[in-house]
Amino acid sequence: MALLQIAEPGESAAPHEHRLAVGIDLGTTNSLVATVRSGMSVVLNDVQGRPLLPSVVAYAADGSVEVGYGAEAKQSIDPKNTIISVKRFMGRGRHDIAHVETLPYDFVDAEGMVKLKTIAGVKSPVEISAEILKTVRNRAEASLGGELTGAVITVPAYFDDAQRQATKDAARLAGLNVLRLLNEPTAAAIAYGLDNAAEGIYAVFDLGGGTFDISILRLSKGVFEVMATGGDSALGGDDFDHRIFCWIIEQANLTPLSPQDARLLQMRAREAKEQLSQHGRVPITVKLGSGEYVDLTLTTEVFTEITRTLVQKTLVPTRKALRDAGLTVDEVRGVVMVGGSTRMPQIQHAVAELFKQEPLNNLDPEKVVALGAATQANLLAGNRAPGDDWLLLDVIPLSLGLETMGGLVEKVIPRNSTIPIARAQDFTTFKDGQTAMSIQVVQGERELVSDCRSLARFELRGIPPMVAGAARIRVTFQVDADGLLSVTAREQTSGREARIEVKPAYGLSDDEIAGMLKDSFSHASDDAFRRALREAQVESQRLIEATQSALADAGDLLSVLERAHIDAALTKLQTVMIGDDRRAIDEAMQALSAATNEFAARRMNQSVQRALSGRNVDQISL
Amino acid sequence: MTTFDLNFAADHFTLFGLPRAQSLDLESLENSFRAIQAQVHPDKHAHAGDADRRLAMQWATRVNEAFQTLKSPGKRARYLLSLLGHDPQIESNTAMPTEFLISQMELRETVIEARAAANEDALDAVRLRLLNEIKVEYQRLAELIDVAKDFAAAANLVRQLMFQEKLLNEIDDALEAVTA
Repeated sequence: MALLQIAEPGESAAPHEHRLAVGIDLGTTNSLVATVRSGMSVVLNDVQGRPLLPSVVAYAADGSVEVGYGAEAKQSIDPKNTIISVKRFMGRGRHDIAHVETLPYDFVDAEGMVKLKTIAGVKSPVEISAEILKTVRNRAEASLGGELTGAVITVPAYFDDAQRQATKDAARLAGLNVLRLLNEPTAAAIAYGLDNAAEGIYAVFDLGGGTFDISILRLSKGVFEVMATGGDSALGGDDFDHRIFCWIIEQANLTPLSPQDARLLQMRAREAKEQLSQHGRVPITVKLGSGEYVDLTLTTEVFTEITRTLVQKTLVPTRKALRDAGLTVDEVRGVVMVGGSTRMPQIQHAVAELFKQEPLNNLDPEKVVALGAATQANLLAGNRAPGDDWLLLDVIPLSLGLETMGGLVEKVIPRNSTIPIARAQDFTTFKDGQTAMSIQVVQGERELVSDCRSLARFELRGIPPMVAGAARIRVTFQVDADGLLSVTAREQTSGREARIEVKPAYGLSDDEIAGMLKDSFSHASDDAFRRALREAQVESQRLIEATQSALADAGDLLSVLERAHIDAALTKLQTVMIGDDRRAIDEAMQALSAATNEFAARRMNQSVQRALSGRNVDQISL
Repeated sequence: MTTFDLNFAADHFTLFGLPRAQSLDLESLENSFRAIQAQVHPDKHAHAGDADRRLAMQWATRVNEAFQTLKSPGKRARYLLSLLGHDPQIESNTAMPTEFLISQMELRETVIEARAAANEDALDAVRLRLLNEIKVEYQRLAELIDVAKDFAAAANLVRQLMFQEKLLNEIDDALEAVTA
């Protein structure tokens, strides 16, 4: 594989040093954490040897928080303060949430994202998810015996920008350095592809507890290229449970239920669903709070019947993804099944029928995402040897557009574009002296704004005052490798180039994150200060190592003077980072970054040239 | 060092080491694309400093953009004509042969009717017909630009293709609406 034999940029200066990196599958129902140990991707169990962590968070009156099995046990006793499936609320408003009326929580409809009123105060889904991630982080650090360098967190491929941003915020809040947000089906494809040395077109069918993704990938010569992705970020095993739940209520003629009874029935519904993957019929027996008994039997036939429309809902995006990829089912070499919900026989049958082949079930559908994420985390942390590596090209799942006159959507970045991607669009002012404007960004596929999900209103401020129509504001939409959007704007009439401040109307600001972090410590200011200092030191160390490695690698690209300049900035940072003056550390980091900008650009040009000339030599020798 | 000067501002063809022509070897393009992404992709710089990471994102964005442009024959022709100093002026020049406009209007009518009637087969049929027309015109574009060097005629054809590609998108939207 010639293209991967070239010396990699940013190789570790100390190749024997193994950086602790993990992959985290932050699931709707369960979460997992995995790492690469002696070249093998393994799931890290808790002290009792259990791989899964139920994604359940229980708040108590004294402010204490319990996560996992302990919290799960409390769900039918204190449903209001025991939050399950919080992933469904990430980046979502109250009106976006399915079956909101049957949920036992006290919702507070905050701007952008819903919040939950608990006995321990009002909590955002970001904070609740951060509790799960903290537990996962503690498990990993205890198990690996050290501080984590970074983590890859998986998200449903069909998550939109607000949901991704919320996930990243939760990770930051949990004190994790996010190496990458990785799409769940892509993580599964890495695990499957590397294990089986797969080549060709593969589909990954990922039905989790609350989300559905379908991704079509081309695996070839160490490149994992996502050709198209689709899905439904509000469709999963929970919905199948809900159908059983409704069926029980209907069959048993139950009057309005208490929150405790409702949660009890939901649990029984889920158990029944799981048992139906093994047996043809299951008894459902529940003793309600009133002393009344429910005694029913659910058969596979009835279950299949009441969930037929849900199964259909997975097939529509699957066909669409195939069409987007420009493929027919005959061209698909294999269908990898991911997510606990794919164990349901009706899903297996439907997928087999659509793709005209038996789906691949040889990986544990519950672990494969975490295992793939761990492998990618290991790569991103710089633990792989050169040549023993692969390239991942992923896409943006939903088109990004702008609201135009009359509520129409103008597409700026079409869905399934390979990321990172950027597009520029020019705007002008419509009033004399106008210094601000707002841009409404929407994500979705429909022609009308009202049918898309409104992502954010970006406020542009600081436009130089001019007559109407004279200003030319170039707005650039950049989607990075995490699938996250950022917007920058610049007024570019001759001689008036001005930086324009862009503020999104969602997500958490750095100040808000800092505030939440501070709140989460008992001796707030002291611990928060020490933690910020520690983070700055870790970041400094990383920058120093990266710079030293680059100098060793390509120092010949620098003149003596340039080299001296970088060396001076390097020495300065090494000196101040030992102290506790965080501001001085930040300044020294910025100075070193600035001193190496041009060097970085030259190295990049060089590596591109090498890539091409290396390839040309290959072609000649063929 | 290599003989050609490759940098961030290089044109798309130079970037991928390909000749400036409308006919293009897709496999070479894909191989170059992957070879360069293997160097510049943000995943390759995830543990590097801020400056490197920012640069990696800019480069990867640039390479993706160039790849998308060259991969599609319509976009490639538009780009190539601009490089050669014959910008097809898609925004300002909307003059089209009457014959072409009439045929396009008829096609569009068919699409609207088929969509209203939720007739998937009819939509598929129009789609196939349009795809075949477009394919023939792509070949003609390569002849006009690479062989005949008739850039004015090529620019006209590019403008027509824009029309047809837009209609194709509408058919895809209609198919999506009908099959959903």
